[in-house]
Amino acid sequence: MTGILSLITFAPAIGAALILALRAGRPASPKGDDLARWIAFGTSLVTLGLSVLLTLRFDPANPGFQFVEDIPWFAGLHYRMGVDGISVLFVLLTAFLTPLCIAASWKSVEQRVTSYMVAFLLLEALVIGVFCALDLVLFYVFFEFGLAPMFLIIGIWGGKRRVYAAFKFFLYTLLGSVLMLAAVLAMIGVSGTSSIPDLMAFRFEPWMQTWLWLAFFASFAVKMPMWPVHTWLPDAHVEAPTAGSVILAGILLKMGGYGFLRFSLPMFPDASQAFAPLVFALSAIAIVYTSLVAFRQTDIKKLIAYSSVAHMGFVTMGIFSFDVVGVQGAIFQMLSHGIISGALFLCVGVVYDRMHTREIAFYGGLVKRMPVYAAIFLLFTMGNVGLPGTSGFVGEIMTLTGVYFSSTWTALAATTGVILSAVYALTLYRRVIFGEMTNPALADITDVNLREILIFAPLVVATLWLGFQPGLVFNITASSVDGLLDAFRTAVGK
Amino acid sequence: MFATDLALATPLLILAGAALFLLVLGAFLPRPERVVGLGAMAALAASAVAAVVGPQGQAFSGALTADAASVFAQVVICLGSLVSIPLGQAWFARRGIRHFEFPVLVLLAALGMAMMAGAGDLLSLYIGVELQSLALYVMAALQRDDAKASEAGLKYFVLGALSSGLLLYGASLVYGFSGAIRFDAIAAAVQGEAGTGVLFGLVFMICGLAFKVSAAPFHMWTPDVYEGAPTPVVAFFAGAPKLAAMLLFARVLAEAFPLAADQWRQVLILIALASVAVGALAGLAQTNLKRLWAYSSIANVGYAVLGLAAGTAQGVQAMLVFMALYSVSVIGFFACLAALSRNGRPLETLEDMAGLFQQRPWLSLALTIFALSGLGLPPFAGFWGKYYVFMAAVNAGDPVLLWSAVAALVGSVIAAFYYLRLVKVMWFDPAPGETDRPPLEAGAIAVGAAAFTFPVVLGLMPLIDRYAAAAAAALGLG
Repeated sequence: MTGILSLITFAPAIGAALILALRAGRPASPKGDDLARWIAFGTSLVTLGLSVLLTLRFDPANPGFQFVEDIPWFAGLHYRMGVDGISVLFVLLTAFLTPLCIAASWKSVEQRVTSYMVAFLLLEALVIGVFCALDLVLFYVFFEFGLAPMFLIIGIWGGKRRVYAAFKFFLYTLLGSVLMLAAVLAMIGVSGTSSIPDLMAFRFEPWMQTWLWLAFFASFAVKMPMWPVHTWLPDAHVEAPTAGSVILAGILLKMGGYGFLRFSLPMFPDASQAFAPLVFALSAIAIVYTSLVAFRQTDIKKLIAYSSVAHMGFVTMGIFSFDVVGVQGAIFQMLSHGIISGALFLCVGVVYDRMHTREIAFYGGLVKRMPVYAAIFLLFTMGNVGLPGTSGFVGEIMTLTGVYFSSTWTALAATTGVILSAVYALTLYRRVIFGEMTNPALADITDVNLREILIFAPLVVATLWLGFQPGLVFNITASSVDGLLDAFRTAVGK
Repeated sequence: MFATDLALATPLLILAGAALFLLVLGAFLPRPERVVGLGAMAALAASAVAAVVGPQGQAFSGALTADAASVFAQVVICLGSLVSIPLGQAWFARRGIRHFEFPVLVLLAALGMAMMAGAGDLLSLYIGVELQSLALYVMAALQRDDAKASEAGLKYFVLGALSSGLLLYGASLVYGFSGAIRFDAIAAAVQGEAGTGVLFGLVFMICGLAFKVSAAPFHMWTPDVYEGAPTPVVAFFAGAPKLAAMLLFARVLAEAFPLAADQWRQVLILIALASVAVGALAGLAQTNLKRLWAYSSIANVGYAVLGLAAGTAQGVQAMLVFMALYSVSVIGFFACLAALSRNGRPLETLEDMAGLFQQRPWLSLALTIFALSGLGLPPFAGFWGKYYVFMAAVNAGDPVLLWSAVAALVGSVIAAFYYLRLVKVMWFDPAPGETDRPPLEAGAIAVGAAAFTFPVVLGLMPLIDRYAAAAAAALGLG
């Protein structure tokens, strides 16, 4: 099975190269566009198949890295790939969401289909690379390179203020990442290795940990995004095309949380311990403040974007609880949020494709014309609120439990966030779906078609399945999380 | 003894002989451009091969050095010059200018660069710099009926002469106070901390060399000359000559003043940070792409100087890797500009590039790669150059240098804005009209350089790393 990670990572890139080779420089035609769509869809399905195979072959009892590939590169760097219980599910999540995104863009993206599909596949390859890389510099390469396709996706296929949003997205994240690059260089300089497993075992001086932690924090906090550096996210979401939002919320945001788990906790344990109160405070503010902000939004997508920031607050809080339940919950929350927020953005996409507006006030009474849509939207709204039975509940209750023991006040503040999320999400649902249909433009709106139902079906199944059987996830993550926290406790001497 | 000297100087002699022979040949042939062009390319290839396979050592009583560093530079110089010849000849021919002298001037400039790369004393240093500069002045003004090109040539000449004066004055001071012209003899005479007189001379020499590599605050000529000079000529002198001058810079510092590292490091850090700042900030206001890339080159030279400031073998290696990778992408960038026109008018401003992606996907993909590489986005070549430089700065163990590196990194985020603007214009904006069919040679060079910048560079890095390390070791810094 060695080599399967490279195969999963580069399969989408090969698909992208194929599309480029067949279509670049040719005038756009319906036939050519369809060819690009089918190649992209086929490639993403192959990647999904390989990722499922990877997850099935993954040995949950082994806390270390599996399927490791290691080829010396240059200047002491290695091409080193591997997954453990923490990363393997993110690979699966990425591979799961990408085909859905491509299918969702089938009709809604009509301009420059070739470039769109190439950018999307490239993005998939890079994101999977981020989760598989076991060399610090290789990780950085994947992490940073992902900015380029996302910049183009927002900038070309986005809404009216797309250029502003694309620049804001790029420059914000770049500033965070160059600080991380400085830290990466310092780490290699001091430890003499760029191997992530070796660095996890390396103990940096406490004063150095502080600086390194802050530099990595700058990057991951922007990616996550945490309050107060979250302001790029609503802009990027509102302007991005539907599938771009799905990838952004579903996967790109998870790179921040993954980064905390992979780097901050194991490599800078003392600093993580010292800065935990800061993270708790920022998380609590994020949960309460952005929930309130979400409540005041008039744009559906912006509302969901702010709710994403709030939900990511649970993740950071759970990670820095240094508690098995909290960390497990954080990972679960990331996976669950990837599915639910992705689905919610797809729900917005359904009405946006038909009416080309996301104003909440424009809609109302959709349940009369779109009963199936109303049911689907309801399920994901409930998931977002954290109703027991959906995957959203599991993540929230576990992170709250984990945090309760380390910081009761944070847990208390975060719990109000659960109530607030019900307030804004249900209000949104009521205003869009229920009430009288007063807007005559909505009279002819059609319900979801077969293609859309097929896109939503796997998401519905995943939300409920994980809601009723969260153990599926914990089986895989348990031993790696235990290993991570054991090492952490030894390091900080608890 | 003399035979060994000649053997060591073979790569230079090939260039010199070919330049003189082709000049005479061109005067007698009725339509000499093609023959002279091909002959010059063959001579450049032969010179590179001769440098690689030839012996290494010191020739002419130490005036000339052939070592791993000079070979490394020679290969880059010859390749850069080689692709400039078809690029320039076709470009000039399309404008009805059929000087067969262009390839000869390229050869002479390459000869000057080769001397700079292998200089072992102050005299060959100066002769190399002058030979290269004079050839470049003429090339900048080769389009002599064009007012802008003539202006650029004149500006380049006047300011270049000033910098040569600084360099020469500095060299004379160093000679006067140390009593030696050979680099190793100067090092032996200086012994430890340099006295005021030698230091004075060293600073003048640094100023002169900073002029040649267009590092701030000696960068003023760069935007004007880049804008006015013919595009393929800019492609030529933005790449290889800078590498040669940077290697000369390194050689002077490493071989003549190895023990004064703490003193010259301060000057270099200042120059590096000033260059990065000027390049990043002034670039924001540019709309002409040639001027924009002039500022980008100023910033890039700043990073290279930062590598040098580390004062270690790793720093020199970083500088060489950086400049070699940079040379390729800058040649590719100007080849793109040379390839693009609309109704016969070359595309030179940001607005001209609007919507280019829909009309010239491959060329705009190439431009995108060069822009992202300039921005320092991994995995493009520009990132690896910066990676080496910053790694060297971190490992040098000097806190001032470390924080300078962090400051330079932040500078690269500011510069990111203008690189992104180019990408934005090409991909997001609607096109104002059709572009002309790009000429084959410029398009091929552009796409080839882009392919090198990514993804070929990922495979070649182990090779470049090894040769640059050997080259840096030859300079004898710890």
